[in-house]
Amino acid sequence: MKKHFQQALSNVRVLDLTHYIAGPYCTKLLANYGAEVIKVEKPGEGDGARRLGPFLKDEPHLEKSGLFLHLNTNKRGITLNLKTKLGIKIFKDLVKWADVLVENFEPRVMPSLGLDYETLKQINSKLVMTSISNFGQTGPYRDYKASEIILYGMGGAMISTGLPERPLKLAGSVVQYQAGTVAAVATMGALIASKFQGIGQHVDISIIETQECSADRRTTNLLSFAYSGGTTFFRAHRMGLLIMPHGRYPCKDGFVEYAGGEPVFWPRWVKMLEMPELLENPRFKDLADLSHRGEFEAIFLPWLVELTKREATEKAQKAGVPGAAIQTPKEVVNDPHFNERGFFVEIEHPEAGKIKYPGCPFKTERTSWEVRRPAPLLGQHNEKVYCDLLGYTKEDLIKLKAMGVI
Amino acid sequence: MSRLPLEGIRVVDITVAWSGPFATMLLADLGAEVIRVENRRHFPPATRGTMARPTKSVMAGSVGASYPNREAGERPWNRFSWFNSMGRNKLSMTVDLAQPKGLEIVKDLIKISDIFVENNPPGTMDKLGLGYHVLKKVKPDLIMICMSAFGNSGPYRDYKGFAPVMEALLGHTWLRGYQNSDPTQTGVPVYHADACGGATAAFAALVALYHRKQTGEGQFIELSQAESMIPHLGEAIMDYTMNQREQGPLGNRSPFKAPQGCYKCKGDDKWVNISIGSDEEWEKFCQILGNPGWTKDERFSDMLVRYKNHDELDQIIEEWTKGHEPYEIMHLLQKEGIPCGPVLSEGDALSDPHLKERAFFLQLSHSEAGTHPHPGFLWKMSQTPPVVKSPTPCLGEHNDYVYRELLGKGEEEITQLKKEGHIGTDYLPQII
Repeated sequence: MKKHFQQALSNVRVLDLTHYIAGPYCTKLLANYGAEVIKVEKPGEGDGARRLGPFLKDEPHLEKSGLFLHLNTNKRGITLNLKTKLGIKIFKDLVKWADVLVENFEPRVMPSLGLDYETLKQINSKLVMTSISNFGQTGPYRDYKASEIILYGMGGAMISTGLPERPLKLAGSVVQYQAGTVAAVATMGALIASKFQGIGQHVDISIIETQECSADRRTTNLLSFAYSGGTTFFRAHRMGLLIMPHGRYPCKDGFVEYAGGEPVFWPRWVKMLEMPELLENPRFKDLADLSHRGEFEAIFLPWLVELTKREATEKAQKAGVPGAAIQTPKEVVNDPHFNERGFFVEIEHPEAGKIKYPGCPFKTERTSWEVRRPAPLLGQHNEKVYCDLLGYTKEDLIKLKAMGVI
Repeated sequence: MSRLPLEGIRVVDITVAWSGPFATMLLADLGAEVIRVENRRHFPPATRGTMARPTKSVMAGSVGASYPNREAGERPWNRFSWFNSMGRNKLSMTVDLAQPKGLEIVKDLIKISDIFVENNPPGTMDKLGLGYHVLKKVKPDLIMICMSAFGNSGPYRDYKGFAPVMEALLGHTWLRGYQNSDPTQTGVPVYHADACGGATAAFAALVALYHRKQTGEGQFIELSQAESMIPHLGEAIMDYTMNQREQGPLGNRSPFKAPQGCYKCKGDDKWVNISIGSDEEWEKFCQILGNPGWTKDERFSDMLVRYKNHDELDQIIEEWTKGHEPYEIMHLLQKEGIPCGPVLSEGDALSDPHLKERAFFLQLSHSEAGTHPHPGFLWKMSQTPPVVKSPTPCLGEHNDYVYRELLGKGEEEITQLKKEGHIGTDYLPQII
């Protein structure tokens, strides 16, 4: 039985009760690979991300937040007041329709609305309900409040990042994006169990736990700590593996990053510097003898300041040294590589106009990533969803609006 | 409890370093049988060690702490924390891909598998003869995930890139830094691109698997780790495409909250993060501090001026935090609904009451590394909860299973394969 599916997730229905970053990124991933996502927002206000910048031309406007526009491509949007009885009834009808419900309220909210998993599974036994929260659905910190820096501090490797003088968070909100990515993995796993085994279930994502077992060192540091009987990975000015530079260094017009602190890279460094004599230098025989690091830097740093970051990148890469220019957002958007691969995409939005967005996170041979529609205006698809899907009339809509339900 | 979602799905795993093993760990946690294909003749960097047989000076350095009791042991590759923290539920076989027979063995394994994941430099699999166009003939509905730093096309295709190199080119390094400072002043590198690339690759595998279950079609997936991470910086990218504004590093601050920062506490290298996003939270914070005179100061009376006078405010707050322990401050502030939390060291996390109550850490026993608490699962599921079926495999630990049970090799063949260097449990002596 071979069916034609335009995109991999074309027959997946997602009810999206998420806001801000982690939840919306999870449902964006599903939407971009074909899932039909209906985003439910509070009438009049909408997702809080609509009120966070950056705004188009710095003009605060519910339909012009770059953060919201980016995170909600390919979703349909409706408004629904879950604090009304009728709102709850309508929501439950949508739960019947859905394969997946994703929400990222504080854990107390869904039960307080009478929308806990135990209740919803009575309505739809195959439902996958993914709940994303700061600390998870259980445990003593369940109701604690958090923000990006707090999540990274408690979950991630913040104790090891930054200079000895003070820990430093990662840029922007990458921890919350990562939680959304992991939530999408778990949701897909649960969806497969639902569609092919008939099992519905509740998926509990704790953002700090997605960091505690993160390949961004937290998991390796935690196990190293246990292995070594208590070695903490303190912050340092640089990595201390071998004598080769590791980290960020100034060049003529900016900065260059170097990585790859293993012996296999040493001949490549020598090749990059075009100084074969270094291979014979007895002081550089034991690369782990860091007392000679200064001497090597005295050779390397003056060499680097003569080069532009582009030249330094070319030289490093030609020799097989993992090194590259540190680029600004402008340089990223104009980067020849990402553009040749067509990474950035232009999307037209009724209020924000035509803007370039970050594009597809991976390319598939079939079932491709696709922009079918821009982020929804607040309540844009009320008629489509309430009338076409749930069978309300246009007159009903007027009443629902007057009653403050939508 | 039900069957795990990916039970019955076999994954052939030729991944190295961090992002690939992270991706396959997530698939293994969902129940897939992940078989690592490893080569006794090749020691990939940053995978089972920085060196197969670390020298004394390497062991004396920071890498030494990655081995139990700082001892490399007879087979150091089985005792390395970087690898062992992401190896649960996987199996390991050895085969020499440089020999034609080795390639045939891998193809035979792929023939009876579902997903093939690799994260070697682009072109490596083609050169070996394990490109998708070849494997598709061996296994028509195969899903192949090819993850690399920058993707299989474009000017950076062949760039050598660990996560820090990707993050330099994709903008994270520029945006991550202290305010009014430059990128040289940020300490050791970070590896978000590995976490992101790995999780995104696992998502890609599941999307393709879902498609295959519906249509019977396999497919090739190309993942550029750098491109998988650019969306994580979406707002900074959009600020440029919408407003031509170049965002710079914000340090520990937030564009929407003030005060927000990482403050020194009582004790050695103890820190607390506080993040105040509304006037209501600010007033409660001032109350907790006992409403000292400065809280009435005009310079701090609303969010805008607090932002403007943030440096000064940070100093005053730190005067207070220095007298208290991080957990104490967290509970004090959280009781009033103020977002706050300690910067947890590894030891703090291992004894944290919340993680303990959620049974996050897994006490796992490994035949060559001993018994230790390991970071646990990234999700909880009510019907198909992840389980540990086996700890991280030793090199070649499952050769018997793969060669005899899966591939049906007899005694004679096995003896021959051992002689030829395919089957074994160590790296060849010449490998450093």
